[in-house]
Amino acid sequence: MGSSNSSVNNIPNAQELMQETGFSAAHILRLHERFEFLDKHKCGQLRPQDFGAVQELALNPIGDSIISAFFSPGQETVDFASFVRILAHFRPTDRNQSRDGAQQEPANSSIRKLKFAFQMYDQDRDGKISRAELLQVLRAMLGIQVTEEQLQSIAERAIQEADLDRDDAISFDEFRKSLEKVDIDHKMSIRFLR
Amino acid sequence: MASRTGTHSPAGICKSLPERGLLLLMVLVFLEGSVLPLGAASSPDVTHQANSDNHIVKEAGHNFTKKPFPVLSLDYHHIQAPFEISLWVLLASLMKLGFHLIPRLSGIVPESCLLIVVGLLVGGLIKLAGEQVPPVLDSRLFFLCLLPPIILDAGYFLPIRPFMENLGTILMFAVVGTLWNAFFVGGLLYAVCQIQPGNPSILHQLELLPCLLFGSIISAVDPVAVLAVFEEIHINELLHILVFGESLLNDAVTVVLYHLFEEYAGVGSVTVMDVFLGIISFLVVAVGGVLVGAIYGILAAFTSRFTSHTRVIEPLFVFVYSYMAYLSAEMFHLSGIMSLIACGAVMRPYVEANISHKSHTTIKYFLKMWSSVSETLIFIFLGVATVEGPHNWNWTFVTVTVILCLVARVIGVVGLTYVINKFRIVKLTTKDQFIVAYGGLRGAIAFSLGFLLNKDHFPLRDMFLTAIITVIFFTVFVQGMTIKPLVELLAVKKKQEAKRSINEEIHTQFLDHLLTGIEDICGHYGHHHWKDKLNRFNKKYVKKCLIAGERSKEPQLIAFYHKMEMKQAIELVESGGGVKLPSAMPSAVSMQNIQPKKLPPAKPAERALSNLPKGREEEIRKILRSNLQRTRQRLRSYNRHTLLADPYEDGLGDLLIKKQKMIELERKNESEPAALSTE
Repeated sequence: MGSSNSSVNNIPNAQELMQETGFSAAHILRLHERFEFLDKHKCGQLRPQDFGAVQELALNPIGDSIISAFFSPGQETVDFASFVRILAHFRPTDRNQSRDGAQQEPANSSIRKLKFAFQMYDQDRDGKISRAELLQVLRAMLGIQVTEEQLQSIAERAIQEADLDRDDAISFDEFRKSLEKVDIDHKMSIRFLR
Repeated sequence: MASRTGTHSPAGICKSLPERGLLLLMVLVFLEGSVLPLGAASSPDVTHQANSDNHIVKEAGHNFTKKPFPVLSLDYHHIQAPFEISLWVLLASLMKLGFHLIPRLSGIVPESCLLIVVGLLVGGLIKLAGEQVPPVLDSRLFFLCLLPPIILDAGYFLPIRPFMENLGTILMFAVVGTLWNAFFVGGLLYAVCQIQPGNPSILHQLELLPCLLFGSIISAVDPVAVLAVFEEIHINELLHILVFGESLLNDAVTVVLYHLFEEYAGVGSVTVMDVFLGIISFLVVAVGGVLVGAIYGILAAFTSRFTSHTRVIEPLFVFVYSYMAYLSAEMFHLSGIMSLIACGAVMRPYVEANISHKSHTTIKYFLKMWSSVSETLIFIFLGVATVEGPHNWNWTFVTVTVILCLVARVIGVVGLTYVINKFRIVKLTTKDQFIVAYGGLRGAIAFSLGFLLNKDHFPLRDMFLTAIITVIFFTVFVQGMTIKPLVELLAVKKKQEAKRSINEEIHTQFLDHLLTGIEDICGHYGHHHWKDKLNRFNKKYVKKCLIAGERSKEPQLIAFYHKMEMKQAIELVESGGGVKLPSAMPSAVSMQNIQPKKLPPAKPAERALSNLPKGREEEIRKILRSNLQRTRQRLRSYNRHTLLADPYEDGLGDLLIKKQKMIELERKNESEPAALSTE
């Protein structure tokens, strides 16, 4: 690797981050390189426009939602620590991981992964996916190929199936229940980040 | 005489005695029927001779005696072959029926075991009758007629997603695992055969290469046996696809090893060059097989694009193209099984988008029917072939083979899992490993391959056959019978039966996009990235070529949604149209709100709709009438050449319109509650 920062000690808070997220030193280094690649202005923070350097995101139907998921509500920039913390959600789960009660639930547990996905639907962070929010996601994914009526039908059916307490919105528990047959540990993990 | 109770009472065997008696009688009649023609078959020369004599007499002179005109004559020879085939198929099907009439038995013993026992009985009966047992498990018959339907059924309905996700693991087990098994068993067998000091036995004649050949025949996990046993234990999808995928993909390895050792067993030695060529041959066989299958699959998909005017022969294209893929691969000594799987898997998404609903059902039922009959016949024939022999029982050889097979399998699975788990996201547990090792069943393919061996090159062929049969019996009977209680005992995760919900579909697609985006942000070209690229290529170019009309642009989610709505609509109509609509519907868009009631068909509409306002009642009655009318319309066509256009396909648009009307109606009702007049 021919980068100038060839030691993990040059990265601020590296040890803390490794402890918190479970990434190894090599991974932190690689992610830092990637961060610097995206950070064209070398200011140590990423703005939404910087993500534009990743061309494939433009083709991704939910590219905008993904980018905005990196930024906490109200914040305009994201620093390296937050960048790593978000990506830590996608580490493969260690089944044998033992943790004492005091330690916080690791970022890559199934619950945290699901929570991350849920928050991408639930843009206004009220803890529920309303019909409008679901419609927004469907519209993004299906694009211009379908009529508004078809979108409404699908959203309607989805809510009816998942909504068990009849409040016309999908709560986190209902979301989790509708995905109980999917192996989240497998589905939401990137092997590269092990 | 005991009073005639209902048809099937599960209480006890005694109650179904009349049925059992009838079944037994039918079986005996057919057995006698099959023995007699076989007896007649063994003496065809007499009739031939008589015929030729007559002929010569006729030609010699024109003075022929006048016989009375034969009103009734028996000419069995004329129809012999098809008659015998039909008898066997009928026997197999009746056996299948019979087993399900005896409930307790089918719960304990897997069907495959019962069928082998039936085969043994039939073989025994034929031998007792003094006739010669026909060589039923002839290798050509097996490989060209009995095996393809089963493999096509498996390939066409292969769950692609779990298969692709676990492809690395499956390939490891199939290729490395089979190689390990073959060499371990073959090598150790040779060593054991040589160690008997002092008293020379025939085992000493056994060379290394025939041993390795035997090892390669016996080490392949058999897809037919695995399907037969695993189908009954409903194990979770991951384990099922692992063992089943392995049994399919190890065909390439088996083909190469078999041909390699068979060629060089005569010569007596194998050089490094041959090994190298063998490896290249393996790649050619595997990749070539898949390519041949994929080409035929694309051809079939392309053909199905134009079948909108000749719906009747749509299923035929699927079957014929697949069979030709298999035969073409076999022609070049490529892996026919892999070709068939590739053909079925490639053509399925495009063909299903093009063909009519009825053709889809036809394909499904024909495949299931043929594969079921094939499987039954294979097991019965295995039993019959066991009785026939030729056998050469050698205690040492057989017991050592059985033990080595088991040991090799366990060591292979444990060793490979250790390596594989380093690369898997979701690791395989010890329980999983046990089931994978225990599920390594051998079957009829091993027997047929052994049968194909040339007696001149392999003088100990009979001993091989005996050992192969013993291993097959051991795995199918012992492992097949005990795997079900073991699965219960170890509390292995079972298959989840529930249907896929639309939420799952939406969220899974969402997660796919999410993961692809995250991979792109990380700058890593992983699993999701390539899958996304493939999907985009598929959507942009391939679908346009292979799918007819508007369906080519239909997103997957919409297709899925339509399928679900169709299914519910059909269920609604088939349940007699009895509809109970809640009086205050929040929203009537989805079919889900309309719960069909299981009422007897007599006057369902009247009974269920009595508490609804009059205007709505009329509307709903109109819908029901038109829906039921369509059902009746469907039944009227029996002309083979003109099938009425499938009403449900055009009907979905109408269904959506009607739903819209119902929403409007209901909105009208909600906005004017005072205007409602209740009866």
